Amino acid sequence: MLSRTAENLFWIGRYIERAETMARLLEVGARIALMPSAGHGYRSEWESLLQASGTAEGFASKYGDPVQRNIESYLFFDRDNPSSVVSCLERARENARIVRTALTAQVWDALNSAFQEMRKLERKPRSELELTELTEWVNHQAASIRGAMDATLLRNDGYSFLNLGFSLERADNTARLIDVKYFVLLPSVDFVGSGLDNYQWQTLLRAFSALRAFHWAYGGDITAAKIAHFLILNRQSPRALISALETTKDHLDALAKDYGKTGPAQLRARALLGELSDTRVEDIFEEGLHEFLTRFIREVGELSDMVHNAYLSGDAR
Amino acid sequence: MSTTYFNEMYDNGHVREPYARLEDWTNAMPAELRQMKQAEAEALFRRIGITFAVYGEGGDPDRLIPFDMFPRVFTQFEWRRLERGIKQRARALNAFLLDVYGRGEIVRAGKIPAKLVYQNEAFERAVVGFTPPRGIYSHIVGIDLVRTGPDEFFVLEDNCRTPSGVSYMLENREIMMRMFPNLFRENRIEPVDGYADALRRTLASVAPARCDREPTVAILTPGHFNSAYYEHSFLADLMGVELVEGADLFVEGGFVWMRTTEGPKKLDVIYRRIDDSFLDPLCFRPDSMLGVPGLMDVYRSGGVSICSAPGAGVADDKAVYTFVPEMIRFYLGEEPILQNVPTWQCAKPDECKYVLENLGDLVVKEVHGSGGYGMLVGPKSTKDQIETFRIKITEDPQNYIAQPTLALSTTPTFVEEGIAPRHVDLRPYCLVGEKIELVPGGLTRVALKEGSLVVNSSQGGGVKDTWVLAE
Repeated sequence: MLSRTAENLFWIGRYIERAETMARLLEVGARIALMPSAGHGYRSEWESLLQASGTAEGFASKYGDPVQRNIESYLFFDRDNPSSVVSCLERARENARIVRTALTAQVWDALNSAFQEMRKLERKPRSELELTELTEWVNHQAASIRGAMDATLLRNDGYSFLNLGFSLERADNTARLIDVKYFVLLPSVDFVGSGLDNYQWQTLLRAFSALRAFHWAYGGDITAAKIAHFLILNRQSPRALISALETTKDHLDALAKDYGKTGPAQLRARALLGELSDTRVEDIFEEGLHEFLTRFIREVGELSDMVHNAYLSGDAR
Repeated sequence: MSTTYFNEMYDNGHVREPYARLEDWTNAMPAELRQMKQAEAEALFRRIGITFAVYGEGGDPDRLIPFDMFPRVFTQFEWRRLERGIKQRARALNAFLLDVYGRGEIVRAGKIPAKLVYQNEAFERAVVGFTPPRGIYSHIVGIDLVRTGPDEFFVLEDNCRTPSGVSYMLENREIMMRMFPNLFRENRIEPVDGYADALRRTLASVAPARCDREPTVAILTPGHFNSAYYEHSFLADLMGVELVEGADLFVEGGFVWMRTTEGPKKLDVIYRRIDDSFLDPLCFRPDSMLGVPGLMDVYRSGGVSICSAPGAGVADDKAVYTFVPEMIRFYLGEEPILQNVPTWQCAKPDECKYVLENLGDLVVKEVHGSGGYGMLVGPKSTKDQIETFRIKITEDPQNYIAQPTLALSTTPTFVEEGIAPRHVDLRPYCLVGEKIELVPGGLTRVALKEGSLVVNSSQGGGVKDTWVLAE
């Protein structure tokens, strides 16, 4: 497969996952904003979302004050924001147009329909659009695109590149979302274990569409340790870091098998997964959740670079 | 003007035989159903993504070419003659190309002015003396035809470089079959879907002689901003070959390689959809990013085949067009089966004088123009437009040719008020490789504006399915 084709496929995966994460972030913010304010300075939950999504600077220079409506515009509709839902969907669809030959009609249809509907959404008066309607719409589109991929694509290298895009983006995004909660959302350590703390954890789980799953898996009270376990180390949880890494490793292994050649990307993925498999929640808290996540995000970034160098840059020999 | 136009369906008030079954079909179709089907067709085109990308003009970047559901029909008998004429023309054009990059016998015989060939912008010095595999320069020849009567067909233009539109020929058929399966049960219509296979065979058949395995073929596109990108990716998909951009390729050790996820892969045949001048910055335009540095060296040493061959454009120049009948006689020793439209060359003083005196009745075209731009349709123009052209021609007569306004045939077309005759042309696609073949059909373009003779999509033209009935 052409390296450029592989790169486009990889980015389709990343953009779709990123669009979904943006929508989930917005949902977290909106839910938290429904809470009665818990003390001064607590308006910063929106600010923290912007920081987590890496869009704080762009937003500040355009709007200044983080008002919900503006944040919605910026994270959802704004083409100046390269990570907005609209930007991500548009670029995913444009990448798909470039690599039409590597996609089935059904996948193209799903991506293209999402794009057409998005254009209709954009033309609607904003007052008619509820935030939940928007985020549900994104989740629905992402699901139908994923569904079309899973149901119709050949299980070849292209499929692996798409899925690597999804899984690496998911690993990165999940880590950032957890980091928002633990590091930025809490106004001070006094809130740990408080009702507000638990509400925020729940909101996070809700954003992952995983609140019920969490209860089924753990039962009892919601604690930071259980949630950290669920979102980081539990292989049953589809958005957990370990699950994203496992998918990454599987697809890298599939490529190694297809091409008859193992490289640094496979080795690194296996090592990372092995390390995470041996990690306990206590180890993570000992290291510091934020420190652990920062390290994880960096490692996933390096892994992504290795994938790029091995397959997507066109320099493979 | 009181011209009467040949209506391909109703001749003197009678339904012509090939359209007989379509009369019942249209009569039985209420306006609401027609509108519903039209909307359905449009939705299908948009969903599949058959669009004509127009960047940088604002508005919708994915424009649809209007699709008219009323098919255009040829009998087997009519088609056979067209087919023979087109193949004949494609052979002559290729013989001409091989000749002018070789011994130049047609020039030496005085059949065509040397200046017109060797000083032509499209003449590539870089390939003089080079014989491409099987001696073929133009592998996909798109011949534009118009009709003026039951047996009168004229060639309007030859396209020897990268004729486009074949994806519409294929997709129009797909969509018609999907929307009106009954029509295909009732009429015996020759299929066109062999085109992609034929194209792949044609391209593979002109692989370099040195290639000793199944040749690797790819389509070279300028990229996804190009208006014909859909077509490029569509053809690559149908043929199962890679769609590459210049940056995907590099030259090393006398061959062209694709950058793939498994390392370099050797490329044998390039179906390029970019112009000569962008192919190789080392040979042509140094500022171009679209091509591949060193490509021409590999080409000339027989490491890769390029389709159509660089330099093929000299055969489809509007000034060279005048001499195609002469080429047919000279190279093939045959009489042309299809006629040229009588053409005046403004480069010749006496012909230019005639043109200037009769501007109001003529169609004037720029020699290198395309897409319906830079042309004057005398009878449809204002005094001012005519005067503007008079000045342009006087200042640069070399740059213009003129033709009479032909009474182009019409076919029934769905328009807002119902069904009305609209002018059409036809572009069949002739493939030249080991064999010369063309699928029965082509792209019919239709001028949707009442009375308009301009069918180009950039000028508000539409497309329709083109049928050749089986015997």
